[in-house]
Amino acid sequence: MTTPASEGLPLNPTATFSLPRPELPTEPLVVVEPAQSWSALSFTEIWMHRELFYFLVWRDLKVRYKQTIIGFSWVVLQPVLMTVVFSIFLGFLVRVPSGGIPYPLLVFSGLLPWTFFSSSLAGAASSLIGNSTLITKVYFPRVLVPAANILGRLVDFSISFSILAILILYFTLVRDYPFQLTRNLLALPVMILLLILLTLALGILVSCLNVRYRDIGLALPVLIQLWMFVSPVVYSASLVPEKWRAIYLLNPLASIIQGFRASLFGTEMPWMGLAATSAFTLGLLFVAALAFRRTEKTFADLI
Amino acid sequence: MQSIIKVQGVSKRYRIGTSRASYETLSDALVSGIKAPFKRRPKGQAREGTIWALKDVSFEVKPGEVLGIIGPNGAGKSTLLKLLSRITEPTAGRIELYGRCGSLLEVGTGFHPELTGRENIFLNGAILGMGRREIVRKFDEIVSFADVERFIDTPVKHFSSGMYLRLAFAVAAHLDPEILIVDEVLAVGDARFQRKCLDKMQDVGEHGRTVLFVSHSMPAITRLCPRAILIDHGTMMMDGPAHDVVKSYLEIGVGTSAIREWKDILSSPGNEVARLCAVRILNEQGAISEALDIREPLAIQIEYEVIEGGRVLVPNFSLHNEDGICVFVSSDLNAKWRTTRRPTGRYISTAWISGNFLAEGTFFVGAAVSTMNPVTVHFYERDVVAFRVVDSLEAGTARGDYGGPMPGVVRPVLKWETETIIDTNESARVPAALHEVMR
Repeated sequence: MTTPASEGLPLNPTATFSLPRPELPTEPLVVVEPAQSWSALSFTEIWMHRELFYFLVWRDLKVRYKQTIIGFSWVVLQPVLMTVVFSIFLGFLVRVPSGGIPYPLLVFSGLLPWTFFSSSLAGAASSLIGNSTLITKVYFPRVLVPAANILGRLVDFSISFSILAILILYFTLVRDYPFQLTRNLLALPVMILLLILLTLALGILVSCLNVRYRDIGLALPVLIQLWMFVSPVVYSASLVPEKWRAIYLLNPLASIIQGFRASLFGTEMPWMGLAATSAFTLGLLFVAALAFRRTEKTFADLI
Repeated sequence: MQSIIKVQGVSKRYRIGTSRASYETLSDALVSGIKAPFKRRPKGQAREGTIWALKDVSFEVKPGEVLGIIGPNGAGKSTLLKLLSRITEPTAGRIELYGRCGSLLEVGTGFHPELTGRENIFLNGAILGMGRREIVRKFDEIVSFADVERFIDTPVKHFSSGMYLRLAFAVAAHLDPEILIVDEVLAVGDARFQRKCLDKMQDVGEHGRTVLFVSHSMPAITRLCPRAILIDHGTMMMDGPAHDVVKSYLEIGVGTSAIREWKDILSSPGNEVARLCAVRILNEQGAISEALDIREPLAIQIEYEVIEGGRVLVPNFSLHNEDGICVFVSSDLNAKWRTTRRPTGRYISTAWISGNFLAEGTFFVGAAVSTMNPVTVHFYERDVVAFRVVDSLEAGTARGDYGGPMPGVVRPVLKWETETIIDTNESARVPAALHEVMR
């Protein structure tokens, strides 16, 4: 039997059971309010959802490789087949000048960043609509969806990159191509980073616009095709006449692909174009973040 | 005590064509959207072509409370939940949440058919806000709750729909945020699993978790929620004890009616053998009626279509009262139908409940058609129709002349017999001789 005195004791062990819940925080954890016009992406929130991000990337990859018959090898095959076709038609028949680099290497090293860019852009554009069930049923920073779609493709990129290494090895050892590592190679990580940032910026922008204006999803494949021909994917930028070169390299992707090649094969770095591209990319990233933030709260109503 | 949820004057306006209810006009909305890109509009003003899904809703919820949200279809309940779970933002007003919030607006959000059960548990868990470590810790419990141990490494596209739903709910049931927001998800799975989920939810409530629960099942609301709010046309009509709120909800006639019909046989409840077409509550005169005199008999009528003939079919129903207590179940005992293999066609089965049998109050009918040997349930639709039994306080009921409250789920007029054994007044007139003897 409990005595009245023991109930008043501050350290009475039974007293702890009568406190069912910890105290509530004095500040609300979450405030839901109408949008405060333009605000930037919340990085703390994105960081809080990093595990979801990881699972989204993992799901995209898993599903992509599960649904295809030969799975994994499509990633390998696509740029290889494209390289074979372009090498036969442009390299062998048309004899496009390749500036000393064996034409297959030139094409493959162009297709590598290009495939990442184009497939990411197409994937990001439809990513939000494709995940509409998620968006209308759960809260999380929506930017994770296009970002996961894009960054997941880095796996494909890495696989293709190792094929490029094998190709270079083949041309050096068997076809006597005088391949040399130059100081330019140090710029390679920067080129890849720039490529990722540009793709992210454009992908995020296109993804949120596509929720509102579905025509973008339809127009995009055409634009991507055109873009391929104004970028030095299947030819070298040195083919472009000198007086047009500066304007040509304003195409951010042209500088990146050319820079990517220059890092590998020691050709001339398009420094001016790269500087412009960097500035452009950062600006675009900022605009994309704002536009996304501005529209993301209406996604659930629009999708 | 401080509130864990504060909803202050929240309103939500949808442009017509962009609200959830009208997917088919989405393309029109987009066309008009392209014509007027990024046009800013003044806030808080009603415009043509807009609807207020919610208008100036305010309430607070204390920690550990289980709050039921009821209202007719399109009243704004789901919009409220979407605002609370931050899926969409309010047009005006403010919501403050003082705790981690998990929402369950759908079972199996993000499930991918190509992925295995194991993979989907991790994916779905992450989507619902669980960390990877938390999922690993609860993994075995989730799998055994769903009862899918043998198929855990099979892609879920090969799962039966029952297994799929069990797995999906199992993940959700193991979510333990401080605030849990649940929308109508209990309307899935078989009855036994529904029970299990209800228990698990109650579990959640008793551990001091705050639960917001939307349902069309009035028994579920009164059983699970001490308090409820009623929303109609976007405004809050009532806030109070669930019992009272449910009662007035049904009284204003916006609740489940006495008739429910499925126009399209393909989307009605049922399987390849039999499908439900309609359920009706009839009064003694055979008219559809939602309020019935306690003294009069009433009929429960189930209309169904037999698509695949050759089975013995037994129509049956269950009756629950507003406390969620099953009053009884009943099936067609007619020897003819219980032995005849039923040919395809449309049938109506009617069961009569005698007058002066059910108590006053609201009753919910669950309609079913089963095959008995072996037992197969072709459909069992809970809470399809509801009706009220009204005691008019006139003569001829179990009340007699008593006017106070009467407990109980049934109120039969029983045959009572009272006999006089000893009349003490008589004994007062006992002969004096007997007094003599007793002395």
